[in-house]
Amino acid sequence: MAGAGQPGAAGGAGPASGSGAEAVGYRRLVVPLLVPAWAVVGLFMVLPVALMVVYSFLTREFRGGVTWEFTLAAYDQFFVNRGLFGDEPPRLEWTYITIFWRSIWQAALATLLCLAIGFPTAWFIATRPRASRGVWLFLITIPYWVNLLIRTVSLRFILRDNGPLNEALLALGVISKPLGIINTDLAVQLGLFYSYLPFMVLPIYAAVERYDHRLSEAAADLHAGRWTILREIVIPAIRPGIVAGCILVFVPCLGAFLAPDLLGGARNFMIGSLIDEQFRGSQGNWPFGAACAVILMTMVLAVLIAQARAALRGAGR
Amino acid sequence: MTLDIADRAFFTLLGPSGCGKTTLLRLIAGFEDLTAGEIALFGQPIAGLPPDRRPVNTVFQNYALFPHMTVAQNVEFGLRMKGVPEPQRRARAVRMLEMVHLADLAGRLPAELSGGQQQRVALARALAPGPRVLLLDEPLSALDLKLRQAMRVELKAIQEETGITFVFVTHDQEEALSMSDSIAVMSAGRIQQVGTPREIYEAPVNRFVADFIGETNLVPAEVERVECGTARVVLPGGTALACPAAPGVGPGAHHVSIRPERVTLSPAGELAATVERVVYLGSDLQLMTRLADGAPFAVRLQNAARVAVPAPGAAVRLHLEEGAVRLLAD
Repeated sequence: MAGAGQPGAAGGAGPASGSGAEAVGYRRLVVPLLVPAWAVVGLFMVLPVALMVVYSFLTREFRGGVTWEFTLAAYDQFFVNRGLFGDEPPRLEWTYITIFWRSIWQAALATLLCLAIGFPTAWFIATRPRASRGVWLFLITIPYWVNLLIRTVSLRFILRDNGPLNEALLALGVISKPLGIINTDLAVQLGLFYSYLPFMVLPIYAAVERYDHRLSEAAADLHAGRWTILREIVIPAIRPGIVAGCILVFVPCLGAFLAPDLLGGARNFMIGSLIDEQFRGSQGNWPFGAACAVILMTMVLAVLIAQARAALRGAGR
Repeated sequence: MTLDIADRAFFTLLGPSGCGKTTLLRLIAGFEDLTAGEIALFGQPIAGLPPDRRPVNTVFQNYALFPHMTVAQNVEFGLRMKGVPEPQRRARAVRMLEMVHLADLAGRLPAELSGGQQQRVALARALAPGPRVLLLDEPLSALDLKLRQAMRVELKAIQEETGITFVFVTHDQEEALSMSDSIAVMSAGRIQQVGTPREIYEAPVNRFVADFIGETNLVPAEVERVECGTARVVLPGGTALACPAAPGVGPGAHHVSIRPERVTLSPAGELAATVERVVYLGSDLQLMTRLADGAPFAVRLQNAARVAVPAPGAAVRLHLEEGAVRLLAD
């Protein structure tokens, strides 16, 4: 419930990838065979998203829950400021837009960080002898067998002022007072980076593995230096993998609430935490939480559609 | 090994797969490191230079065209890397594409071209930067027969037109014979023989070369004596013949090579044989015969109207034409 923006956004890519299938024969079997797919899409994609959209237009019930009266109050609360007592002329409400903006910024930074580390990692793995690649991939995925919450709490433990990282650096004399990383944007970045790195590494790995390294040789033969080869030959060739990795990291980072909550402290509020808060206890506001999720999902969809269009243009050139 | 490649020549490295010819090419291009020895281009040692600094370009076996660039961008790439200003490189790319008859496809992506067209783009791309040596790694092996034959003629014409030294790697002897000014036959990392196509075919120095280039009959022969550039050899069955001496071959047991097409049927022939089978090849007839000692011996006759085809089982006499018998070094 708390991460209402996530399943909706992730499910948005579902129907597009399934629509290419074409039945050659056995027309009578088509409908029965499609039922499971429709059921999955309907139950886990259409229904939750529809619920979310409907709830965002309902009236807030105190102590949580909703009453079935349609209103735009949730969206009004998000975008419009009428002063503390609701009697001033309407102005644009910046509080939530700022939280959204900071979330986008944090997610983008985390994505860049994942790309900067994930790309060389993926390249390294994909250029190992075939037999050892599986071992490297296995090593990459091992930490992800542990629950995300536990990993994030552990990271908090490591980063806190009297945690192992600071203790070790203090003992070594590298620093004279604790770094104070915990409860900063940097800690959130580290948390997001650590949570989603494999989502960057795996698609890029798949793209690099398919990359024909003879293209690099051909470019070198045609007098291109190493950086030029990377920029002009390698990156365009594996671009689909890079784009996929960036989307797979950016989208969940945008809705993440564990890392900002546990590592960022009160000053580093993000969308995920905002939504999460609306569904907790008697202080919650379900329609407002749903409205935030709808706005988040709309934004993510807009980005994905823009990206898909850019990719189509690139392919059609 | 030591190998001297003449300037402005069409030079071919010919050998079976795994003989080291592609490695040699990659050494020249700079993709492999030289562990010992020296490579010099026009007197300048180049072994220490990375591939992008060498005045050579390569046509790769799989073409290795950049898939995200148009044909024109592919051809211009090398010039752009050399810092040639845009108007000049555009003009040169157009000229290169005209030379390979693809000027009207400049805006296409490689995936939209046929194999033969991709091959031409690869050639234009490698020629565009104006290399002093062009390396070609089995560039025709992925094409079908008709296209391959057409490209042979075209490659040779382009080489003559541009005056660039071509170093061509192939395992296809027909390709090598039809295009080259000079051929180096390689086997197991060693050069077996260097010479013109005619020399390689008609005067092979050893059994490997004789057997690898075209068809031949390798016949054990006893060298009786060598004098004044002529060797006296005795073939199985006791036939004694004179043939050109080979360097370093003294009296003793050796082999001779006899090309099937240099043998005719004649009542006064030197060799006695029995016909086992006649294979019809259209323009030619192949006679599979056995010599008196039971060794197989192939004869190729032109399918002319006057040829009397012997029946299987017939005893025939084979006449070896002037110069048909070549003494081999091993």
